[in-house]
Amino acid sequence: MSFNEQTIKTIANLARLKFPQEDEAKFAKDINGILDWVEQLKEVNVDGVEPLVSVSPRENAVRADVVTDGSLQTELMANAPESVQGFYEVPRMVE
Amino acid sequence: MTDLVNLHISDALDLLNKKEISSVELTKAHLVEMEKGRVLNAYITETPERALADAEASDKRRANGEKLGALDGIPIANKDLYCTKGIRTTAASKILSKFIPPYESTVTQKLKEAGTVMLGKVNTDQFAMGGSTATSYFGVTKNPWGLDLVPGGSSGGSAAAVAAGLCMGATGSDTGGSIRQPASFCGITGIKPTYGRCSRYGIVAFASSLDQAGPMARSVKDCALMLREMAGPDQFDSTVAELPVPDYTLALTGDIRGKKIGIPKEYRPNGLNPEVAKIWDKGIQLLKDAGAEVIDISLPHTKYALPVYYIVACAEASSNLSRYDGVRYTTRVEGKTLDEMYENTRTDGFGPEVIRRILLGTFVLSAGFYDAYYTRAQRVRRLIYNDFVEAFKQVDAIVVPAAPTPALSYEAFKNMSPVDTYLGDVFTTPASLAGVPSLSLPIGLSDGGLPIGLQIIGKHFDENTVFQIGDVLEKSAGFDLNPHRVKG
Repeated sequence: MSFNEQTIKTIANLARLKFPQEDEAKFAKDINGILDWVEQLKEVNVDGVEPLVSVSPRENAVRADVVTDGSLQTELMANAPESVQGFYEVPRMVE
Repeated sequence: MTDLVNLHISDALDLLNKKEISSVELTKAHLVEMEKGRVLNAYITETPERALADAEASDKRRANGEKLGALDGIPIANKDLYCTKGIRTTAASKILSKFIPPYESTVTQKLKEAGTVMLGKVNTDQFAMGGSTATSYFGVTKNPWGLDLVPGGSSGGSAAAVAAGLCMGATGSDTGGSIRQPASFCGITGIKPTYGRCSRYGIVAFASSLDQAGPMARSVKDCALMLREMAGPDQFDSTVAELPVPDYTLALTGDIRGKKIGIPKEYRPNGLNPEVAKIWDKGIQLLKDAGAEVIDISLPHTKYALPVYYIVACAEASSNLSRYDGVRYTTRVEGKTLDEMYENTRTDGFGPEVIRRILLGTFVLSAGFYDAYYTRAQRVRRLIYNDFVEAFKQVDAIVVPAAPTPALSYEAFKNMSPVDTYLGDVFTTPASLAGVPSLSLPIGLSDGGLPIGLQIIGKHFDENTVFQIGDVLEKSAGFDLNPHRVKG
């Protein structure tokens, strides 16, 4: 697998990251090195093996349908870089 | 006078209960030591006022004969990945460098209720991603065994602080070895409990199917005391097992006669560091001398654990870290559009190792590559899990090295490729992927005088056996716990 200059742009965009070209080249080289190394997993016969998603012994957990959000709106908003009247503020999206 | 910063938690509790010392005295001694030890850069945030208030409250409880917590008056440090209400929690990152959580993590809340005194928040690799603390936005922590050495990571601030007497015990967290490898590098003890033993609520998430909280301290007994207070079901984390938490100290019987200990051949590859091999052999001999039965076993998929780990952990990290978007967590770098603001904030706020892992994780989850990388890694993960289940039909515990080398120098670390740094987790990631508990404790020194630790891996939720064997190994190894104390 070659993680080339186009791949790094696509993946960086998906992850909402953006670099100058020299950093793109450096990260692409690093990721290629890692992908070459994980190639060894192709040796393993995984036919019929279920993917292991969680090692938690619990199947699912349900609770009573009541609000338990802690009523922390004011405290949570204190960490917002920009807010207006208890709402998060972001750059305009719709003209 | 007793050297208060050198005591074990268990001994300090005796002295506190006999009223020979007060928590304020104990806490002040640690605050002085923290000041002398600042050269180590173990703490990101010191909280002396909070510590003294906690200590005074504890002394008052004791004087008034009120109900005491199991660790009442004991000064500890928290890894800066645990949200602490009203106290800055950075995950050693720029993007969270100003974040003040409005709530407390379950584990630190439980430790508070157990009566502990919080000295401050200790350094880690950024978002717990790394094995050295070198990825911290707040600079690398130095190893008290040699100031040019890394303390390991990611819980390197915890390990260095415990080793240097800058706290009596500390919380760590372990995703792929982040408690066990720094414990080995700094000559202390730490346990990654079974996945599902401790709540992850309020711990800044790295890889949710692997992250587990655990204690780090200067003895097996101290870890047993701390873990009991940290563990247990939690309404805020549905992956925690609804099992009773035993009093682990009752497992420390000193008798492991007839216990079956597995030694997996896959952990002895060609080129295993001879000093690590020597310590492993010493540990095996000590177990035999104590009457345990040592059995050669095989964990055939061991060599695949590391690549599986990096795929699974980075995939989960790329998802977990998407929340840092410039909207909710204090730091924002403006942009003309919403997407530009996201990009500017994230690219500025994450360090290179975090960015590498987000990119890798995003890639292995992306359309066209998901099955080839992510699903395949999850399938191999099951084979690794099955290896442990099979082995534990035959043995009670497995004993292997904790790290492939003693502590490395910062210079050497800086010049390594990403993959080379990942190799430091080679002995710790298998137990993480399987979710089994593993204790790391120091057994001896390298020729250069640096500590080397072993891991005792147990069955799911059988921390008792792990502690029991660890206690016997600790006493028979007779490891001298003190690095050259840092003098300011």
